[in-house]
Order: sequence, then C-alpha cells, then structure tokens
Amino acid sequence: MDNQSSPNGTKRDFLKYALSGGILAWLAAIFYPILAYLNPPKVTGAQVTSVKVGKIGDFENDSGTIFRFGNQPGILIKTKDGEFKAFSATCTHLDCTVQYRQDMGLIWCACHNGRYDLSGRNIAGPPPRPLEAYNVIIKNDEILVTKS
Amino acid sequence: MNRLYQWFDERVSLSAFIEFIKHKEVPKHRHSVWYYFGGVTLFLFIVQVFSGILLLFYYRPGADTAFESIKFLMTKVQFGWLIRSIHSWSANLMILAAFIHMFSVYLTKAYRKPREITWITGMLLFFMALAFGFSGYLLPWNELAFFATKVGTDIAGSVPLIGKPLLVLLRGGDNVTGATLSRFFGFHVALFPAIFTVLLGIHLFLVQIQGMSTPLNPKEDKKYDSMPFFPNFVLRDLLLWLIVLNILAVLAVFFPWELGVKADLFASAPAGISPEWYFLFMFQVLKMLPSHVWFIEGEVLGIVLFGIAGALWTVVPFLDKKSSRGQQSRFFTYVGIFAIIFIIVFTIVGWLAS
Repeated sequence: MDNQSSPNGTKRDFLKYALSGGILAWLAAIFYPILAYLNPPKVTGAQVTSVKVGKIGDFENDSGTIFRFGNQPGILIKTKDGEFKAFSATCTHLDCTVQYRQDMGLIWCACHNGRYDLSGRNIAGPPPRPLEAYNVIIKNDEILVTKS
Repeated sequence: MNRLYQWFDERVSLSAFIEFIKHKEVPKHRHSVWYYFGGVTLFLFIVQVFSGILLLFYYRPGADTAFESIKFLMTKVQFGWLIRSIHSWSANLMILAAFIHMFSVYLTKAYRKPREITWITGMLLFFMALAFGFSGYLLPWNELAFFATKVGTDIAGSVPLIGKPLLVLLRGGDNVTGATLSRFFGFHVALFPAIFTVLLGIHLFLVQIQGMSTPLNPKEDKKYDSMPFFPNFVLRDLLLWLIVLNILAVLAVFFPWELGVKADLFASAPAGISPEWYFLFMFQVLKMLPSHVWFIEGEVLGIVLFGIAGALWTVVPFLDKKSSRGQQSRFFTYVGIFAIIFIIVFTIVGWLAS
C-alpha cells in the first residue's frame, strides 16, 4: 500500500540501486581478474626440512659458509673451537644475506651494519629479531642441517 | 610551403597555435635561472626514452639471460657500452635536475594558487622518476641490484596493512627471483612510461596555459620585465640542452657505467653495499635507527615518517595558505631549507660511511 503512495520514489530508488549495483559488479568483474592475475600462484615445491651441507673436513675453524636451504640461504658457522652452528642467512632487518666476519667473530649484514652473535642474537644495529636457528646434526662425518 | 601551411591551418588551426607562441612571454628577474631546470629534466627524459629503446633491442629479461645480454651489449655490440652508459648517467642527471627543479619551485612558492595541480603532477612525476630508477636498477641482474631490490621491496613490505600483498605484487612471489625481474621489466618499459607520459602531458599543458610563476613579492607589486618565449627563451633553453648533452657525453665516455658481478641468490651481501645516491639519505637514516624505538620497529618508524613527510610535501600548496594569499610564508621556507640540509647531510654521511 505504501508503495502506491510514492510509486515514482520507489521505482527511482530501485533503478538507482540496480544501476549502481550493476556498475559495481561490472567494475569488480574487470578488476578482480586483474588483481588475481597479478597475484602469483604458489609454487608448491617439496617442503625442505633438512639439507646435507658437506663433510666436517670441508670447513675450517672460524669460518662461515652460505648454503641452500630449499629456496632460502642458510649460514653454517664453524666456531674457533670447532663447534658447528647453523642459522637462516636472511637478515631480519631488510632481507639481505648475512655473512660471518672473522675479524669481529660475529655474523654481520653488509646492507645496514646489523650484527648478530654466534647464537644468532641481534646484538647491534637495526635488526629487530634474532636469526632463525637451525639444528646441526653430525652423522658419520656428514653435516646435516635441519629445521624443526 | 605556404599552401601546405594553409592546408593544415584549415584543418587544425595552426594560426591559433602560432598566435599563442607569439604572445608567450617569460618573466625576467633574479630567480629566472631556475626556470631552466624543468626543461633540463624534460630533455634528459627524452634522452632516457631514446637510449632506453636502443637498449631494448639487445636486452633479454630473465634471471639466466639479463646479465649475459648486458655483458654482450657492453663487450660485443658496437657502442653498446656507450648507450648503456648514457642511459645510466642520464637517469642520474635527470633525477638531479628534478631535485633542483622541485626545490626551486618549492622555495619560490611557485606551487601556490593557481598552480596546485602543476605541483602535484610534478611530485607524482618525481616519485615516478624514483620508481623508474629503482626498477631499472634491477634489470642488469647484478649483485648490487639484487640486494637493493631485496631491501627496497622489503621496505614496501613493512608498510602497515597493505605491506604483504604489496611485497608479493612487486616481487611476483615471496622472494626476489627471476619473477621479480620480469615484473620490474614490465614496470620499467611499459607501465611506468605510460603513466609518466600522461602525467607529463598534464604537467606541461598546465605550464603552458598558466605561464611561468613569478616570485612572491608582496611588498612591491611590481611588474617584471619579460622576454619572448620564442625565440629568445627557446634558444637559451636549447643552448643549455646542448651543454647538458655535452656533460652527459663526457661522463658517459670517461666514467662508463660498470656492470658488476652477476646476482647470486645464495651469496652474502657484499661489504660496502649502498643504494644509488638519491636513496642514500633514506638508507643512512634507516641504518642509524635503532632496532626498536619505544615499541615500534625502527625500520617501520623510519618508513612511516618518510612516507608522511613525502605526502605532506606533495600537498604543500594546500597547507601553505599564506603564500596563496600572496603573503610571505617563512615557515615553509624554513621547512624547505631544513629538507635540503637534511638530504645533503645524510647523503654525505652515507657516502662517507660506505
């Protein structure tokens, strides 16, 4: 009954909503595929949880080596005492790859002078978090790095 | 010749254009010299377009081909080293000219009413120029470029809310890989030039219809002397372009741009790594910020502050109401001088540190 009192108003409202809804749907139909297209598909590689890095004899005391852990760089450090430690080599500040500095006895990032001690703790410079630590397992002279 | 002119005139009204050029005047005063820097920036952009097209004939994007193709270009192709060197040097000079142009417009308050849109399009062009620099830097796929892109896109990734999707959008994945290179190539040679050309068209159109701004001079409402745009100003402009071209040639020949070492996704960032000079002041500030300020990560704080500063700088015509009314606005002059000193000081500190 109310509809009859202002038929033009409701008709106009209906047209307004239908039209603006239609335009929105039309815009979404254009932009959604574009945005979805720009979002790259997840490449489902096998999830790497452990990697063989080499033999004990390959590494000198007081040295650091970058190795591949899946598609990420890791760093294996052999301390002065011959102890092995492994971390993610991706600096927690802005994603650069860190390195071992013999002169400092530290893990160092060249990009913004970030420093980590040999437990991976961020001790100076801008890094906000410690490096992710990996487990080092030595089996028959072979060094295996694993991620829990 | 005359008939040809008439043929065109009847169809596209050449005479109106010629009338416009005839009456166009450029004011003469002690700050007139700054008028030339917009033109120099434009000239260097034109050089970029031409040298960029030439590079495209040999460049092959892709993690396995990009570095090799540039190496081939620089060692085997006749004058390949020169074209690349010109493209790199011209990019740097263009950004320098754009800096000078921007600060001279700022300090003479030429952004004031009615030139707000010219200023905003100019700022967008400036940001685009930096984006051109950043995306082009990766294309040779060398070590420095690889880490610069890691850092730069990681910074984009720490923008609150939209950071993560933005990072994936830029990198074409979670990491900087060949996919990133493909995207940056697309940005650098297709998307950015398209946007840049539209913005540049608006910017130049506004400069033409509004004419040159004159310095704010509230005390004496004097009329400045002027010179005809054509041929007087145009000839001066062309002479300066010739000088810039010579400087560019000398730099490109005597200081050829290095290619560096190919990017290795599994190598440490090399010591002494630093970005291009125009990002150096931001780089240095990020380096000096502690890991946490109060409860915010230092890096996020720095990025947010730079973002806010850039946004305020872009909308300065709307903040500086005094100069739009024709009054001096000393506060904004001090802000501009502070910005210049800040940039110069941190650039030098960053340069000395690396």
